[in-house]
Amino acid sequence: MGQITLQGVTKRFGEVEVIPPLDLTIEDGEFVVFVGPSGCGKSTLLRLIAGLEDVSAGDILIDGKNATDASPARRGLAMVFQSYALYPHMSVRKNIAFPLKMAGVSKPEQDRRIEAAAKALNLTSYLDRRPGQLSGGQRQRVAIGRAIVREPSAFLFDEPLSNLDAALRVGMRLEISELHNRLKTTMIYVTHDQVEAMTMADKIVVLQAGRIEQVGSPLDLYLRPKNVFVAGFIGSPRMNLFSGAAAAEYGAMTIGVRPEHIRISGQGGKWKGRVGVSEHLGSDSFFYVEDTGLAETITVRADGEVTLHHGDTVWLTPDEGKIHRFDTNGDRI
Amino acid sequence: MARAVSRNTKIGWTIAAWAVALLIFFPILYTIITSLKSEQEAIAGFDLIPSFTLESYQTVQSQNNYWRPFTNSVILAVGSTLLALIVAIPAAWAMAFSPTKRTKDILMWMLSTKMMPAVAVLVPIYLIFLRTGLMDTRIGLTVLLMMINLPIVVWMLYTYFREIPGEILEAARMDGATLRDEILYVLTPMAIPGIASTLLLNIILAWNEAFWTIQLTTTNAAPLSAFIASFSSPQGLFWAKLSAASVMAIAPILVLGWFSQKQLVRGLTFGAVK
Repeated sequence: MGQITLQGVTKRFGEVEVIPPLDLTIEDGEFVVFVGPSGCGKSTLLRLIAGLEDVSAGDILIDGKNATDASPARRGLAMVFQSYALYPHMSVRKNIAFPLKMAGVSKPEQDRRIEAAAKALNLTSYLDRRPGQLSGGQRQRVAIGRAIVREPSAFLFDEPLSNLDAALRVGMRLEISELHNRLKTTMIYVTHDQVEAMTMADKIVVLQAGRIEQVGSPLDLYLRPKNVFVAGFIGSPRMNLFSGAAAAEYGAMTIGVRPEHIRISGQGGKWKGRVGVSEHLGSDSFFYVEDTGLAETITVRADGEVTLHHGDTVWLTPDEGKIHRFDTNGDRI
Repeated sequence: MARAVSRNTKIGWTIAAWAVALLIFFPILYTIITSLKSEQEAIAGFDLIPSFTLESYQTVQSQNNYWRPFTNSVILAVGSTLLALIVAIPAAWAMAFSPTKRTKDILMWMLSTKMMPAVAVLVPIYLIFLRTGLMDTRIGLTVLLMMINLPIVVWMLYTYFREIPGEILEAARMDGATLRDEILYVLTPMAIPGIASTLLLNIILAWNEAFWTIQLTTTNAAPLSAFIASFSSPQGLFWAKLSAASVMAIAPILVLGWFSQKQLVRGLTFGAVK
């Protein structure tokens, strides 16, 4: 079991309120991703759940029991840190065994669990090495192994992939997703990378300045962003946002159109502009169109075979049914 | 990329480095040479070749028992160091891992006490020792030496502990470690090199301390530093004997320093370079 409920959880550092009262329920077995720009309070929120920071007000319930004042060790959660936080003076085996030793698990049971975790994470041949002798990816696996053997009620990941290179990151992303499918344990994952959030999560929590902007499934957030912030944050490349006359035409303060919902053509259309930078990825092409009078640049996603050149005059037509409209407060209409 | 250095420049620097090292070491070397001379040779003038007589050492040992101050030195140096570590480890721990707004100020204040000339507090401390019966006792001097070196010990340990990433301690807490487990299985093993070099440096500092040991002892608790001082006035003109006494006083710490060079250098430069 691993249901986690936050009720009016607040965190202040001195005078500064980094997390205003916040409510959130994470269901058992869910993969929840906290995402937001740096400094939005996502790591602090995770540390509050872990018990590494004290809450200033509010309650944290784990499986219905109030754990607000419980020490980290007593919450039954396991955490994987950004820096891996392995014990440098212990072998991989001892690192993984540490939580079991602390819990007083018998030696044969320890060995059984270590072997199983090492096998699952491809670490069997590294068990007698020190963390210093491992690569970044292997260290991250050891950190995950140390978390798994405890059989926690939930896993907490604090930006676990940001120290890895791009290729490894994609690989580890898949491994963590597979791990979740296999274990079906609650996972809370903090990242600033919205691609990680979109690809891994069952549920995404978008945070800004300690406030929850929106909670929902990745597609939910993508298709129906609740406000301008979420609209601009979720999706890569970013949604195009315009205000002024173009928005007023649709009866809104701000409108947003995703790059893939704009048709680009040399013949004619709604908005006229000039091609600036273009990026050809093979499967898709991205065009950054300038001089439209709407925004500095408008990003358009087109088919991989479309070829346009720098300086070409083009016409853009938004897909009317897929325009997002926002009011003066930035909320969805 | 390393800078290209010509062969000649290298030779030049090597010679210069040796010259400076020799210059610094020369007084000690000449003391050793003088201690191996007879008194006539010693006062005869500058001469680097002694007659290798052990006569002075024998006289020093027969006139003043060497082992008594030696034992005192060991007890004072080791005792005050261990006491200092017992006090400083928890203090440095608290300052490194749960600092408050005033932590930096406290550290500076502690260091500032080292900037005060010792003679400024000589009278009060002398009177305290006199009235509490601590004069010329090992216990009194051990406690005093501990307090004198405490700021440096706390600073050194603090610098070391600061290098231990906080996330590792948090990981231990998440893994179910109690404060005791955290200290025993994670912090101490990681801090051992730091604790060891602090211990070594403090033993050396305590061993060499002369001001307080000379002021507050006569015979019972007098360590080697007071032993040399006791030679300088009555035997001031007997250079060979004075040298022999000096060599006997510094030899143990010189040997210790020699064997622990690596630890000491690491300890003193720790935290300076990442």
